[in-house]
Amino acid sequence: MLASLDRFGPELAVMATAGLVLLADLVVPRRHKAWLAGLSVAGLLAAALWLVILVLRGRQASFFDDSMALDNFSIFFIFLFIAVCGTVIIASLDYAPRFGSHQGEFFALMLLATSGMMLLAGARDLVTIFVSLELTSISQFILAGLLRDDKGSEAALKYLLLGAIASAVILYGMAFLFGIAGTTRLVTTNGAPSIASTIAAGDAGIRSALILSMVFLAAGFGFKMAVVPFQMWTPDVYQGAPTPVAAFLSVGSKAAAFAVVLRIFYEGFGPNTFVGNDWKEMFAILAAVSMCVGNVMALRQTNIRRMLGYSSVAQAGNFLVGLAAISALTNGRTSLGASGVVFFLATYAFTNLGAFIAVMAISNRTDSDEIADYAGMGRRAPIPAAVLLFCLLSLTGLPPTAGFIAKVYIFNAAVQADLVWLVIVAVLNTAVSAFYYLGVARQMYLETAEGLPTLVRAPWATQGILVVAAMGVLTFGVYPIPLIEAAQRAVNVFG
Amino acid sequence: MPRENDGHAKWLALIATVAVFATSCVLVINFDRGAGVSSSPFQFVSQATWIDAGIAGFDVQFHMGVDGLGITMVILTTFLFVVATLVSFSVKLRTKEYFTWILILETAVLGVFSSLDLIMFFLFWELELLPMYLLISVWGTGRKEYSAMKFLLYTVAGSAFMLVGFLVLGFSAGPVRTFDMVTLSQSSIGGSILPLWVIFGFIFVAFAVKLPVFPLHTWLPDAHTDAPTAVSVILAGVLLKMGGYGMLRILITLMPREAHRYAVWLASLAAVSVIYGALLTLRQKDLKRLVAYSSVSHMGFVLLGIAALGQVSMNGAALQMFTHGLITGLLFVMVGVIYERAHTRNIDELSGLAHTMPLTATVMTLAGFAALGLPMLAGFVAELLVFLGSFDTYTVPTIVSVFGILLGAGYILWTIQRIFFGPPTVRWAHLPDANAWWERVPMAAMTLAIIAVGVRPSLVTSVLDGGIINIVKAL
Repeated sequence: MLASLDRFGPELAVMATAGLVLLADLVVPRRHKAWLAGLSVAGLLAAALWLVILVLRGRQASFFDDSMALDNFSIFFIFLFIAVCGTVIIASLDYAPRFGSHQGEFFALMLLATSGMMLLAGARDLVTIFVSLELTSISQFILAGLLRDDKGSEAALKYLLLGAIASAVILYGMAFLFGIAGTTRLVTTNGAPSIASTIAAGDAGIRSALILSMVFLAAGFGFKMAVVPFQMWTPDVYQGAPTPVAAFLSVGSKAAAFAVVLRIFYEGFGPNTFVGNDWKEMFAILAAVSMCVGNVMALRQTNIRRMLGYSSVAQAGNFLVGLAAISALTNGRTSLGASGVVFFLATYAFTNLGAFIAVMAISNRTDSDEIADYAGMGRRAPIPAAVLLFCLLSLTGLPPTAGFIAKVYIFNAAVQADLVWLVIVAVLNTAVSAFYYLGVARQMYLETAEGLPTLVRAPWATQGILVVAAMGVLTFGVYPIPLIEAAQRAVNVFG
Repeated sequence: MPRENDGHAKWLALIATVAVFATSCVLVINFDRGAGVSSSPFQFVSQATWIDAGIAGFDVQFHMGVDGLGITMVILTTFLFVVATLVSFSVKLRTKEYFTWILILETAVLGVFSSLDLIMFFLFWELELLPMYLLISVWGTGRKEYSAMKFLLYTVAGSAFMLVGFLVLGFSAGPVRTFDMVTLSQSSIGGSILPLWVIFGFIFVAFAVKLPVFPLHTWLPDAHTDAPTAVSVILAGVLLKMGGYGMLRILITLMPREAHRYAVWLASLAAVSVIYGALLTLRQKDLKRLVAYSSVSHMGFVLLGIAALGQVSMNGAALQMFTHGLITGLLFVMVGVIYERAHTRNIDELSGLAHTMPLTATVMTLAGFAALGLPMLAGFVAELLVFLGSFDTYTVPTIVSVFGILLGAGYILWTIQRIFFGPPTVRWAHLPDANAWWERVPMAAMTLAIIAVGVRPSLVTSVLDGGIINIVKAL
């Protein structure tokens, strides 16, 4: 047990930093709360460094009696979560004073939520998954209501109630699995029976129970992934929650949910078992519905955060295309669909963070999230507007951005998995999404800025983050191979 | 560049476009005209792996090169962009951004005409959207935002189908999944998850929107009417050709058997486009809309030539694309000249302009004659080749299309008579003629080119042949 404790180091480091931040909050004077952000980022860097050392020493293994795994998959996602959390914390320096005396809690809760996500990436035991999920969720419920204004409180309450139901549904699905397999381990390394081995044995009598379990798990995690029909919280929370929290939710929470779903379904249920086609078909239908509903609803939004909320529902549909196409293989071993999901998630992280932080930099100064108030932003706030334009192009999937490569990659996987109908739905949705994404671009660059003041420049940290996000979108749009390779190495652990 | 130096932007853009034009001239001079007969018709090829099949599961090559068809389109593009830059010299609004978008547009179009990889082709095809959208919606006139959005949505919907088609095509290409056009054309495509005729239909839709073919043409008159002059020139001169080029390069070359199956339908559609476009042209009151609808009619000839699937007819179609680019480009330049002075494009209001604008009237009349297919001018040879080549295969559509020429003579002569040679009116008595050098230079250059190609079509066809022969060989 203790011999494996070092593999648990990054998570511990982030949790310990959260505690330190809470303690330091008691002594740091109000006007120097930015130090807490520095402390948080230092903690995240320490965790990242620890992880690098683990990788260099080749410490990848299943540990804690197979309830956790440090493999390429979890390493990829842990790096992603650390990067997302760090980015949001640095960018929120501009926004944090709005939290008043609760700045310390904001940073600590961000770290706690992140540590939960890091645990989720490596968890391969139902109980561990559930506990990590609750750690993340509860931190996020509080974060959503941290401003304590009307909108935020309503959003937080909605998120809490629906989130609690989702957790119950997940637990119900897990109960079925435990009943069938008699164990909570997804896979085992010592030959003991596991969920994966039970399903692989393929006893036809357990099929209906398995399908029930699949449906419950998909519904519960569908809430976290924000896919239709479990998306109703998304626009309200994205609009009502503090902007940095919305950015964090839209990227981190979604990526964590997809990581767990990949673990449970790809590693646990397995793509080639006798229920493999059932869950792939289920995700294909969810994907089509999410894309259509998300895009059509996004069309009618006048508030940019609500629009991004619905757009994230539509994007979740795109990721699900990869899950449905998980059986498409390259080199005979790497799943194109699964690596597509991971690759798409990583590019989406850059893109959506860029978009949200640009929105934060703009709306923090105009105090409005209405798209109509973005008129002439191209001249009034050149850098955030340019980054927002770039990120919106990437979300649409136009070249030369990372979003373009991600879409081609995942559609290619779907074509190879005989899902041409789904690709047709997806590309038509891309056309629809161009309408509202470019609508914002039109406001920013085509509407006149006459008589409207130039905005105060955002702090250098925010501007720097924005430029980094835009560079990431461009770099992986032109030279995607390293990221594709990393994504493929990540999913190869399931192969 | 500082704001007060906005005027420098146009010079910079001019230098850039002229340099690109000069480079493409050098390419044409060095182009080996006999190469079509040998194994690889593509010249000036540069190739590098962009996305490796071993890693990504699909292979995208940065594979650029031109054959006779490609280089003809490239030289047309670079020439028309010089023209477009010159006629934009009067643009005053946000000039830096304007010329930036023009140059990005040129990059995209040249990329389309020289890509030899389906994904690269698609990438450049999409890259063209944003500049066009902005150019129309910021610098246009009238209902510019509506038109720009209509253009965007039509094209995006078309390219959505194109992407599906490309992906299926690349996936079903034999043992190696590739998007390389040269490899694809040499391997047999079969065992695909969608029947090939469906893929052909998907990709055809995208190109038919662009060409445009009835009934997918409705975006074109709007986009043309509301676009600034230079953008109209580019739109009619170059962007429409992307559709015809795509059909020749991708549809016919990669799916010859499906092309034969569809050919009779394409020929019929072509005839409908020709007649429908011409009839609508007759009743237009707006000069720009008139030229726009005449483009629909003329692009019908291109489709007819392609559908006949013969060497003569396809040569005619390709030549028609080239000459139409010059002629319609010139017509739009002239309409721009008139509009800039008279501030109206309404044919009913204009009258007797020949008295005040003799040079404009002369050049526009010449362009009009070229458009209606007068011998010794560029349009004639192209249309003749199309009709000669397609008469045997599709007699009825060809005969129907020939009536398009008659209608064309009707609307062009009637229009010229109305605006230039009607009774002179006091209202237009003081209009200055085309007097700026940046108007006269493109007018002279395009007129010369039209006459030169009309007198010696072999200037173009000798280059074209090498590309077309190879496409015919695949049939």
